[in-house]
Amino acid sequence: MWVYEKKLQIPVRVCGPNPRLASYIITQYGGPEGELGASLRYLNMRYSMPTNKAKGILTDIGTEELAHMEIVATLVHKLLEGASVEQIKAAGWGSHYADHDKALWWENAAGVPWVAAYVSATGDPVADLQENLAAEAKARAVYENLIRLSDDPEATNVLRWLREREVVHFQRFGETLMDIQEYTKQKKYY
Amino acid sequence: MAQYQLLMQIMQLEFAALELNLFLDTHPDCQEALAQYNKIHQELMQCKHAYEQTYGPLCNFGFSPNTGNYWKWVETPWPWEIKY
Repeated sequence: MWVYEKKLQIPVRVCGPNPRLASYIITQYGGPEGELGASLRYLNMRYSMPTNKAKGILTDIGTEELAHMEIVATLVHKLLEGASVEQIKAAGWGSHYADHDKALWWENAAGVPWVAAYVSATGDPVADLQENLAAEAKARAVYENLIRLSDDPEATNVLRWLREREVVHFQRFGETLMDIQEYTKQKKYY
Repeated sequence: MAQYQLLMQIMQLEFAALELNLFLDTHPDCQEALAQYNKIHQELMQCKHAYEQTYGPLCNFGFSPNTGNYWKWVETPWPWEIKY
């Protein structure tokens, strides 16, 4: 069960229309290291985790990632707000406009659609938690790329905050991995 | 801007609670974090109650009251539309 809260996790501001930046940031909506993949990866993995702690952290981080997807969506939505078709075309995002107008869609920065193959689930808790550590590190790296690409200081603030969350999640997954390794030793799985 | 200030306060408290929640998931016996979590829970509930009485429901499905004679859920601004 999920309950919606009618607020963002943090306030999202932008300096004005900026379709080019929107076309880059969309990758954190539906790209390989984006927030859709992150939330689905963690929420899906809960069912094959052997400990309550691991089920807890996956539920909570998976839920926070849904809130991050909403933040990224808001960024893209606001960066397109007030942008003319001419501006969108000049920014190189006419290809998005052709199919979607200003609607959001799960795609990477090159327009490639989200696929479930971005997410892995092996059923092996150690392998899966290591996948999550890699996912957080890669998402952090992509936010750093976006921060370097950004020419909107307000959007950059939001990207920096999202980057920091990847660092915290990496830490929590690392602790969970250590806990799972202890657990598997006790059970003599190996 | 009283509404925005109260919303900011809710965002801050809720973020602190979320961060403590994640920490407690992997440190479930940390007494200091538990005490902070419960303290922030109290403050958060007070702020949410104050906000909802004046500005309408924050949550759906029975987690917030709807005061007045109109279903305010469909009237108050959506998060991506708010000009912060």
